[in-house]
Amino acid sequence: MNDMLLQVEPLIPALRRYARALVRNHATADDLVQDCLERAVSRWHQRREGDARPWLFTILHNLAVNQFRQAKTRGQHVTIEETSESDLGEDAVQERKLMYQDVLNKLARLPEDQRAVLLLVAVEDLSYADAAKVLNIPVGTVMSRLSRARERLQQEIEGTANPPSANVVPLRSLK
Amino acid sequence: MSQRPITEDDLHAYVDRVLEPERQVEVASYLEAHPDVAKRVTAFSDQRDLLRTALAPIADEPLPAELNLSRIIENRRRRRSPAWWAVAAMLLVSIGGISGWIARGSMEVPSSGLAALAQEAAYSYNVYAPDRVRPVEIRASDSAQLVQWASNRLHQPVKVPDLATAGYRLMGGRVVATSHGPAAMFMYDDDHGERLVVLTRPMATDQGAPMTPQRSGDVAGFAWADGGMGYSLVGQSPTEALRPIANEVRRQARTI
Repeated sequence: MNDMLLQVEPLIPALRRYARALVRNHATADDLVQDCLERAVSRWHQRREGDARPWLFTILHNLAVNQFRQAKTRGQHVTIEETSESDLGEDAVQERKLMYQDVLNKLARLPEDQRAVLLLVAVEDLSYADAAKVLNIPVGTVMSRLSRARERLQQEIEGTANPPSANVVPLRSLK
Repeated sequence: MSQRPITEDDLHAYVDRVLEPERQVEVASYLEAHPDVAKRVTAFSDQRDLLRTALAPIADEPLPAELNLSRIIENRRRRRSPAWWAVAAMLLVSIGGISGWIARGSMEVPSSGLAALAQEAAYSYNVYAPDRVRPVEIRASDSAQLVQWASNRLHQPVKVPDLATAGYRLMGGRVVATSHGPAAMFMYDDDHGERLVVLTRPMATDQGAPMTPQRSGDVAGFAWADGGMGYSLVGQSPTEALRPIANEVRRQARTI
């Protein structure tokens, strides 16, 4: 138990950040994290050796995906919260606050799978291999998805993005 | 010096700062010579910085009580061994003798039927599923040997269900002891390391019984009986997620 506390507890803030950035709803995100922690506690003994980080992110990610799926089949939408100023740093100057809010709103326009990979890699610092484990996809797919996510977010930022229905042509060349 | 060509993946790894130092230098000099690519890479780096700064405050927020891990562990312990159980046990001890012995019956595990079978499956799960070293006696690669062993001990033809369509691989199995004689236990896991146990043995009572949900602590699943053989599928997934898998086990068992 102590071992679990030592390994899991320091990761809770990051799990929270990932959940909130992914589902964009404060309460839903914290519910997911709570669910994730309960599962982690009850399945700690089943964990395969190694770093607890990808393991926890995998549990959380799968819960979030189920949540998206259920919301879709029930025809419900998780209410997306616009980022409120209180979510941002207290001492940031107004202009910066607006900039942060803006990039998060733009991130929200990315498809779920692109958002997930960008958050795991660029914000949560998971290695490409760990991100592949969490998303249950090959590393090559992580790379192409990451590339599409960055291109798409750039288009959103530059205001050149097509409506969400149009696919972004990946500029990634084949290895 | 011959240099490997710069790939898109290198550019992303450059942005994410995960390149080997030598490669980092190579990419940097490539970018110097290719301002268009450099512009894109700078834009990606800016995105990364912006996202990290914008999201950083979330990780600095104080954790609400529901996300306090010590509390979650404590709640779980309390749920598993509720206080009334301790009180009841103390009462039994203090009253002692005959009355305690009689009361004991009501707390015992179900002694027959599907509930007993499911309980036995849960015991097997609790003992073998957490075992990292030797969860199974005979591995899936020797499944013919496993089938032979189980069939001999159960005096019944036993078949190992194939749960590949549900995303579960056979890890292997063993013959386990129950209060109703030997049973065959098969263990499965999926890509996330989730394990499932299927337990089967001949039934004395409930020789044919419809599938019913069962729960024992953290472990839940289904039990049913067909033609004198009882089956139970248990795991730690949500019960409803196990239902289609239990249906599949039942379908395959019927074709023996």
